[in-house]
Amino acid sequence: MSEQSSPAGQGLPEPVAGAEQIGLSAREARAAVQPRDVGNWAAKVERLAVEQRDGVRGTNVVGRRLTGPVQGFGKMWEKSYSLNAGQVTTPQDAISTWKAHFPEFWPKGNRFAGALAGISPGDVALLDLAIAGGVKLSTGVFVLYADTESFTLMTPQGHMFAGWITFSAERDGEATIIRAHVLMRANDPLYEIAMTLGGHGKEDRFWAQTLTALGTRLGVPDPEVGTRSTCVDSHRQWRHAKNVWHNAMLRSMLQTIAAPFTALTRRSRPAG
Amino acid sequence: MGEPAVSMDVRQAGGSVAVVDIKGEVTAACEPVLMSAYEEASGGGTARVLLNFTGLEYMNSGGIGMLVTLLVRAGRQRQRLAACGLSDHYREIFELTRLDEAITIYSDEASALADAGR
Repeated sequence: MSEQSSPAGQGLPEPVAGAEQIGLSAREARAAVQPRDVGNWAAKVERLAVEQRDGVRGTNVVGRRLTGPVQGFGKMWEKSYSLNAGQVTTPQDAISTWKAHFPEFWPKGNRFAGALAGISPGDVALLDLAIAGGVKLSTGVFVLYADTESFTLMTPQGHMFAGWITFSAERDGEATIIRAHVLMRANDPLYEIAMTLGGHGKEDRFWAQTLTALGTRLGVPDPEVGTRSTCVDSHRQWRHAKNVWHNAMLRSMLQTIAAPFTALTRRSRPAG
Repeated sequence: MGEPAVSMDVRQAGGSVAVVDIKGEVTAACEPVLMSAYEEASGGGTARVLLNFTGLEYMNSGGIGMLVTLLVRAGRQRQRLAACGLSDHYREIFELTRLDEAITIYSDEASALADAGR
């Protein structure tokens, strides 16, 4: 949970009583007072835009819409990976380190190309994820929310899952507990099959390794990650089966096969 | 997690609509409060639960996640969720996270109740 030092509305004009006197509607009055979370949320986007970045293929992101659990296909899962960091760090320092070095904690073979400034609301990061057969799955994530004690990434169309993942740290007595919390549905029927046939286990290992690497960086002796997984909704949303059109795994495979031809076409194009 | 800085009061608004007045901060920490309010709101033939966010002061991504969980619970009971009283800022967050595709948003309680009465 986030805690910030300034109380809501501090330093801001008194909203409703004054508003009534000058004839503002309740809705206009509400809009006139900005809550303290305003800077923590990304601005609204319809479709993702991002420039090419070094070290990743950078496909299957531009022009995609964001997808939450409402838009996904598969069963809905809530997963929580937690690490007790004891007293070696504070929640703020843990999140600050995580944000600043996010890609460095990922398991080998996976690439995260974020904005140079780190993790800020509205940023889009490009991902190359290792899947079977040496193929890289190219997709991305959007920074939906970020404050001093948490940040949340949301996925675009074509990603393995529709949903968001929140990274947070909080005090529990004297200890700092660091968490990755996932709320997701597989994005389409193919991903649902893949998740059932080992995908969930692979994801569990991914985040356990990430938290272990973060714990090691923070100086936690023998970091041990706890995993909790709950199926929140066992129904599949068949109306979203057509999400398979954007499936980044299939598209990445095709892009890998087509890569030599794409490069040849680019080379044979006249300059300018 | 600390004590949730939120209150959620339930009232019946006629017909089959129950209103939950949310005041304060909506974060993951207030899940027990929200679920308890929902339990109270969803009894007795309620077909629609209207979340009144007029008193909302703060919401983080944990709060949005909690609303998705509530949506699943409401779906199981064949109830519809609606929201009213959102400021432009919070309305944009509903649109950004695409929660507005599952939770109908009304500008105020009167229009929500009018629509429910049709």
